[in-house]
Amino acid sequence: MNKAIITVVGQDTVGIIARVCTYLSQSDVNVLDISQTIIDGFFNMMMIVDYSDSDKDFGTVVDDLDNLGEKIGVRIRCQREEIFTKMHRI
Amino acid sequence: MLNIMEVHETNQMIEQEKLDVRTITMGISLLDCVTDDVPTLCDNIYRKITTTAHDLVATGKAIERDYGIPIVNKRITVTPISLVAGGACTTIDDYVAVAHALDRAAKEVGVDLIGGFSALVSKSMTAAERLLIRSLPRVLSETDIVCSSVNVGSTKTGIDMNAVELMGHIVKDVAAATADNDSYGCVKLVVFCNAPDDNPFMAGGFHGVTEGDAVINVGVSGPGVVSRALDEARGKDFEFLCETIKRTAFKITRVGQLVAQEASRRLGVPFGIIDLSLAPTPAVGDSVGEVLEKIGLAQVGGPGTTAALAMLNDQVKKGGIMASSYVGGLSGAFIPVSEDKNMIDAAGSGNLTIEKLEAMTCVCSVGLDMIAIPGDTTAATISGIIADEAAIGMVNQKTTAVRVIPVAGKGVGDSAEFGGLMGYAPIMPVNNSSCEEFVTRGGRIPAPIHSFKN
Repeated sequence: MNKAIITVVGQDTVGIIARVCTYLSQSDVNVLDISQTIIDGFFNMMMIVDYSDSDKDFGTVVDDLDNLGEKIGVRIRCQREEIFTKMHRI
Repeated sequence: MLNIMEVHETNQMIEQEKLDVRTITMGISLLDCVTDDVPTLCDNIYRKITTTAHDLVATGKAIERDYGIPIVNKRITVTPISLVAGGACTTIDDYVAVAHALDRAAKEVGVDLIGGFSALVSKSMTAAERLLIRSLPRVLSETDIVCSSVNVGSTKTGIDMNAVELMGHIVKDVAAATADNDSYGCVKLVVFCNAPDDNPFMAGGFHGVTEGDAVINVGVSGPGVVSRALDEARGKDFEFLCETIKRTAFKITRVGQLVAQEASRRLGVPFGIIDLSLAPTPAVGDSVGEVLEKIGLAQVGGPGTTAALAMLNDQVKKGGIMASSYVGGLSGAFIPVSEDKNMIDAAGSGNLTIEKLEAMTCVCSVGLDMIAIPGDTTAATISGIIADEAAIGMVNQKTTAVRVIPVAGKGVGDSAEFGGLMGYAPIMPVNNSSCEEFVTRGGRIPAPIHSFKN
């Protein structure tokens, strides 16, 4: 399994999760977990996804989500999971 | 499973607190390029570098994108050129030709800097090494991204005072050769004692003779992250403070370790070491000086600075050591004046002096770094500064270095602009009392005794 973490940060608006999930579904990226909270007044969403079945290059997914975020007016980052697990798990 | 707060913390470090991987540095051995014909040597060097490091920059960018972590510099270090070119180069022109080959190769593969135009003369200089050192004013003024270092002493050998004396003149000549650019050439020249073989940072990085054919070394950074973490330690005791620094250093180093392993895997080049240095930049909030001030100093440079830095340096190492099995290079807290906003301010206000910086180098990771001094400082005084710093390294069994810039045509009250990561610096006053007789005696200072430690 190749896991990545997608984070969305910004003003909450209708349809953010729907649009991200639509893109992920079209790209054969499977959502494993979703959580959200408000940090410092900003909407924060985190998705754990599995991209092992996606035919898209991981870099393309990163760029596409970045562009999608710009359209919606939020910051969307997609990063491979290891940067977080390395930092927070011994 | 990861939780949203952990993910938020990591991204906050990257976006707000300027966490980055300062450099992926590929060390390349040039020993198999050796020949006695200069044009062939230059061709061999060019080919070896452009072949071995062909994918370095693209790989660095791909890792940057995949993990969302900035990798600020991609660099190359090579075998000290005095060992590679000593048999072929008989004139300064020859050495300059080799430097141009390095410059061209580094630009071809797109790296930011290439280090290793170096000579290791901790006991004595060969004729070839002396010639290489004498070529530095031309090398550092004619090339753009070639960096040079000269190791003039070590704990095991003592200090080669002939080299120290020569380097005083060379630093002055390099400054004069790059006078129209705030003596920028001196930014690319470091004089070491106990230089490490695996340093990924510049300008002092070279690929030591103990290394293999090629290696990936990574330098992490992150004073901003430590500074932010210390906000929570305000008013707390030293135990809490140390714990906070260690935890933060661990997290920073783990990112470096990940990037290093990934770069090593993708490039098919063995992983060498992580250098877990706190490397500042002139940007606000990315300052080691600020960290020291948050530990409790009104301004860096005052009483308490050396103790605070000693503690910081030690905690960074203790936190980082557990995060990677291979820690090397310089590892600790850097104190380059022109690259650190709070140090620049303290030097400008007169609170931070060269003498205090010298004391700080006894406990920091390197030495007197990126310090702009008056252009009329004599060669003997610069040699004296180098000798003092080398003595600290020799006796304390640590790496020390001098990278001072006697800015041509400028004096105290002026400032020098080096640009980018190199920053800017007020010209700091130097004690000009003569040490001419001391540095011109000739010979070497013997290695220190290794017992009776007091």
